Amino acid sequence: MKKEGFFYQIYNGIIKENPTLVLMLGMCPTLAVTTSLTNAIGMGISTSAVLIFSNIIISLLRNIIPDRVRIPSYIVIVASLVTIVDLLMQAYTPALYEQLGIYIPLIVVNCIIFGRAESFAAKNKIMPSLGDGVGMGIGFTIGLSIIAIVREFLGSGSFYGINIIPDEFHISIFVLAPGAFFVLSILTAIQNKLNLKGASNPSNLSKSASQILSCNGDCMNCVSHIDIKGGN
Amino acid sequence: MNLLMIAISSSLISNVVLSRFLGICPFIGVSNKKKTATGMGLAVVFVIFLSNLLTFTINYFFLEETGLFNKDLRYLQTIVFILVIASLVQFVEMFLKKFIKSLYDALGVYLPLITTNCAVLGVALTVAQESYSLIEGVVYSLGTSIGFLISIVLLASIREKIEENDIPESFKGKPIVLVIAGLMSIAFFGFSGLNIG
Repeated sequence: MKKEGFFYQIYNGIIKENPTLVLMLGMCPTLAVTTSLTNAIGMGISTSAVLIFSNIIISLLRNIIPDRVRIPSYIVIVASLVTIVDLLMQAYTPALYEQLGIYIPLIVVNCIIFGRAESFAAKNKIMPSLGDGVGMGIGFTIGLSIIAIVREFLGSGSFYGINIIPDEFHISIFVLAPGAFFVLSILTAIQNKLNLKGASNPSNLSKSASQILSCNGDCMNCVSHIDIKGGN
Repeated sequence: MNLLMIAISSSLISNVVLSRFLGICPFIGVSNKKKTATGMGLAVVFVIFLSNLLTFTINYFFLEETGLFNKDLRYLQTIVFILVIASLVQFVEMFLKKFIKSLYDALGVYLPLITTNCAVLGVALTVAQESYSLIEGVVYSLGTSIGFLISIVLLASIREKIEENDIPESFKGKPIVLVIAGLMSIAFFGFSGLNIG
């Protein structure tokens, strides 16, 4: 496959640099909203919408925004998009909006969005940036869904709201806060064991990915980090 | 009594990291040494306190319907708050660098990391949504940030203790930190039995 372009970026976002499972970015919503598959997919889609449009807009404006004010500009663009998503969800999916609560406006500070804006959209043409947004969005949704399926199945004995296991056998700690940490830790441990690429064994990551990882998932720090090394 | 309730519930019962999952990145990323964890925690307390005062004022005078514009501008909260927080962090960094050198040496490195800490924006938004009064907001913001400080220092202490321990190969690094966080979260669940007033 060609090393650039629309379809390569989609593949890259879903498999190679999956934001949840490989880069471990945006951990706050990952842990918070994965109590059920419905929530996870809702969060994944809303974050993807913001990510896709912010990538498009930032890629279009990349030659217009002066370098010194680029971070505030990104903040304004992303925050406006999040407000639009927030209002749309309030109007059309009130039940989901109620469930996700404060995590919708908090999409603004999701590391994936700033990280992709700074490290990809700001340096690439519109089609690859669109592909990157779509790929990362789908990758994020898949990552959330995997965690949510495990937690929902063990914790409330159901799959996508359909009850499978009778009430007496639920391990309800998995839908509570500690369960989120345990499921994620087992997931990363499995990745380590199978020697898959992942945030916890950065030795087998590509150079750009390990640079992102070396700042421990903090995107603003990452941003300056990648910048200092000559904006790869 | 109400204020005590807010303080205890925001710092312990619904701890910002361990039960609401805000600020996970610094919690896991900057917690390998007790010293850096304390610095990060204190910087968060400082920034959350200041930013909450600022966002509360702006919300009260400009965005609420009873404010100066007589219009309900609350849909602008997300944009305004994140811009205020980002500029405040920059400003505080410059101010400390110029005037209070000792404090800058202690907290300076952590300040740029805080803009994207979701706990800061989370507190500002919660205070606005719950329509807390000024005093309640201050208590809530201090409670939340001290809750963050407590949990990150605890995690760092445990990590220092287990540094030399024999951990299964696959659990080295992030997985064991997440297991510790999960166990701490169970421990903090005990606080939900507290029933005040």
